[in-house]
Amino acid sequence: MALKIGRFLFFKAIRIATLLVAICLISFLLVKNSPIDPIQAYIGADMLKVSPEQRAQIEAYWGLDQPVMTQFFSWGSAVLQGDLGTSMIYRRPVIDVIGERFVNSIVLMVAAWILSGIIGFTLGVIAAMKRNTWIDRMIQWYCYTLASTPTFWVGLLMVIVFAVWLGWFPVGLGVPVGVLAEDVTILDRLQHLFLPVITLSIVGVAGVALHTRQKLIDVLSSDYILFAKARGERGFLLFWRHGLRNILLPAITLQFAAFSELFGGAVLAEQVFSYPGLGQATVEAGLRGDVPLLLGLVIFSTFFVFTGNLLADLIYQVVDPRTREGRVK
Amino acid sequence: MAILEVKNLSISFEQYRSGLKREVIDVMSNLSIELEEGEILAIVGSSGSGKSLLAHAMLNILPENAKTSGQIFYEGKPLTDVELTALRGKELAFIPQSVNFLDPLMQVGKQVRQSSRNGNAVEKQRSVFECYHLGKEVEKLYPFQLSGGMARRTLLSTAAVSDAKIIIADEPTPGLDEVVIQEALRNFREFADENRAVMLITHDIGAALTIADKIAVFYAGTVVEIAPVGDFSGKGEKLRHPYTKALWRALPQNEFTPIPGAQPHLSDLPKGCLFAPRCPLMTEACTVERPRVRELRDGKVRCIHAT
Amino acid sequence: MKMNLLSNRRQKTLWMMVIGTIVLLAIIFSKVWVDTDKILTNLNTRNVAPTWDYLFGTDWLGRDMFTRTMMGLSLSIRVGLIGAIGSTVIALTLGMVAATMGKTVDRVISWLIDLFLSVPHLVALILISFTVGGGFKGVVIGLIATHWPSLARVIRAEVMQVRSAEYVQMSRRLGKSNGWIAVHHIFPHLVPQVIIGFMLLFPHAILHEAAITFLGLGLSPHEPAIGIILSESMKYLSSGLWWLAFFPGLALLIVVRLFDKIGESLKVLIDPTKAHL
Repeated sequence: MALKIGRFLFFKAIRIATLLVAICLISFLLVKNSPIDPIQAYIGADMLKVSPEQRAQIEAYWGLDQPVMTQFFSWGSAVLQGDLGTSMIYRRPVIDVIGERFVNSIVLMVAAWILSGIIGFTLGVIAAMKRNTWIDRMIQWYCYTLASTPTFWVGLLMVIVFAVWLGWFPVGLGVPVGVLAEDVTILDRLQHLFLPVITLSIVGVAGVALHTRQKLIDVLSSDYILFAKARGERGFLLFWRHGLRNILLPAITLQFAAFSELFGGAVLAEQVFSYPGLGQATVEAGLRGDVPLLLGLVIFSTFFVFTGNLLADLIYQVVDPRTREGRVK
Repeated sequence: MAILEVKNLSISFEQYRSGLKREVIDVMSNLSIELEEGEILAIVGSSGSGKSLLAHAMLNILPENAKTSGQIFYEGKPLTDVELTALRGKELAFIPQSVNFLDPLMQVGKQVRQSSRNGNAVEKQRSVFECYHLGKEVEKLYPFQLSGGMARRTLLSTAAVSDAKIIIADEPTPGLDEVVIQEALRNFREFADENRAVMLITHDIGAALTIADKIAVFYAGTVVEIAPVGDFSGKGEKLRHPYTKALWRALPQNEFTPIPGAQPHLSDLPKGCLFAPRCPLMTEACTVERPRVRELRDGKVRCIHAT
Repeated sequence: MKMNLLSNRRQKTLWMMVIGTIVLLAIIFSKVWVDTDKILTNLNTRNVAPTWDYLFGTDWLGRDMFTRTMMGLSLSIRVGLIGAIGSTVIALTLGMVAATMGKTVDRVISWLIDLFLSVPHLVALILISFTVGGGFKGVVIGLIATHWPSLARVIRAEVMQVRSAEYVQMSRRLGKSNGWIAVHHIFPHLVPQVIIGFMLLFPHAILHEAAITFLGLGLSPHEPAIGIILSESMKYLSSGLWWLAFFPGLALLIVVRLFDKIGESLKVLIDPTKAHL
């Protein structure tokens, strides 16, 4: 079994590596062709004071006078050594910025991921068990509506209701303004985390819920459920013995495979609540032309998505007896 | 006394064809059948004649879009849907057709044990497995790891561990080797001899003849004849319905002559006798209306010409 | 009772589609029926909460939010339309090529699909928008480039299935050309799939356009886009002007939901595998 998983991981790793290299190359070529002048982006308003000679010096220093492919290879080899360059907005190594932001984002995303997973799964199960009743119709209506709802609008509604009207939560920012980093309490952090997590979770349940509903309906109409019914099982016992085990795995897998949407949602939620995470950094980098940071974030988010997909595949390999143990005939 | 009786059972399905058109397909019409205590009733007929549907209807596990009418009696009392549902697993045991009826993610031993209502489930399951030549390691396997024969024996085991009074077995024998078939058939016989009843659905008339007491012949969703097993002998002179006679003659050990024509499609049934288009005895009267079931020489038949 | 419900479902679906389509057309051509003067600055009617005269209220410059919302939606739908058409064309081309041009090409295309699916949508949109320098062009290119992969997979699978069907094999043996087979066998099967795929792509494209514009990387702030309206509203939420965000967002939600509903309805009506509904 270990051998099988080893082989599986080896081929996955190769595929991921080729995709990552391609992503790096494409992203690099894309930003290089941007009309936004990296030197102007770096220097900002002082651009007028820079003489052509100084400009040429900076270009030479960054290697901007080299051919594009040479630039790519020098950037690429630096990336391989873990050096993503220096962020122009933050004036710090990109890897540090991402690391710090990632801690903020991961708290937000994990919380929303778990919450939406549990709620979505439960809703899906209820809808399927009560199929064609008003409960089912309501849950379906809710999910389809959510799937059409802009995440950032839900965030705005949260702000209107909970921050402006009720005054329970601060309107924005990850930590209170004017407080030193050391003095920020866990409670402060939780308070600032709450609304973004709720926003992301509300939008996130739709996919799992609808998928779980469909899956459970399929399972419930399967021959083995028919047989279990014929043996006298029904209601909750039937679901517990034969339903749950057949839908849990697909649901968990789906949640892992949804890392891409999770990241996208986080970008929007972080922007609405000025939450200092990766998503907000991505928007900043895009808006202000911070090329090294933007590239770093593209690579990082891709890596994040791959991790989710890989985990989803691995779970199937390890947990499902049909893939875990080969056929003995 | 009849332990289970099905009276005038009709089943229809509703479905959309193309566009906005809806249609109702009658898959079973006015079917009546009785299961006596201590008896094995074999149900034979070609595929599509409604054999499995009858089993599913008796267990109340038909799909949602099925509409049924008619009544089921248990020990003389008419049953409501709820009462029928309550009998499943307790008084009625079902042996399904294929390995797909086992939960793919649960070890088979555990699934068999779940059928046992009282007593030591593990012990029962092990002794039944031994009886069906299933090794001790089998209980830990998942359904996909079983061979076809092992899967069928596992399915037989689920009924064997239950204390049901009635077993409904849907094609339990194909794919098994001769030894296990004999074993299974002997088990059905023993089971019936304990004053319980077995309904054996099969298209293997040979196997049915060796153990059954009565044979019911299905054609296009209805019973055309119910006959004691002894009537299946010689050239089939004692048989009542032309279809049964033709089936009997079509067996390899007899004349081996195939029946001309084919069973009519369920969406396009003839107005009169369902067998009329293929029947050598057909007359004008056969095409007017469906013949009713009548008693004839210790059996039943649905044919106006039968004597 | 239950029977009645079933028999009406298809007709209800049809009506749903007709009404939805009318509403959407009304929004797309809102320029014809709304009073465009109402979006001009009017300092006499600033910050009015929703009333019958100003259904969605007015903003800090006295502009009527209903008119702004309608024009914003109209723009969003048009941008989404271009994005969805472009994506569908790419999906159709690559899906068919993958299914018909042999194993190597198929592998390359499925690798390409994986490539585009591995970057989060929004990040890819930001990157593309940055490359093009933002604005209308950036959004459209971004939308086209990011929405095709899943539909391409569907089309590839569909074409492969039709190609292996017996009647197509038969035509081939009868010496019909590839082009003849494509026109007579493959296209008729593909058309419903493509239409459904396109209709389901559309709402996504609209939502993503709104999102990227909201982030400030999409349409220019001078355009009356929904994303712009919503991001501008953020500054005024703390002073209680909730209607600036509430109604435009709700209207966007309804439009997206309508498109989605029409797409799903089409699927029920055209898709032969759904015949039992």
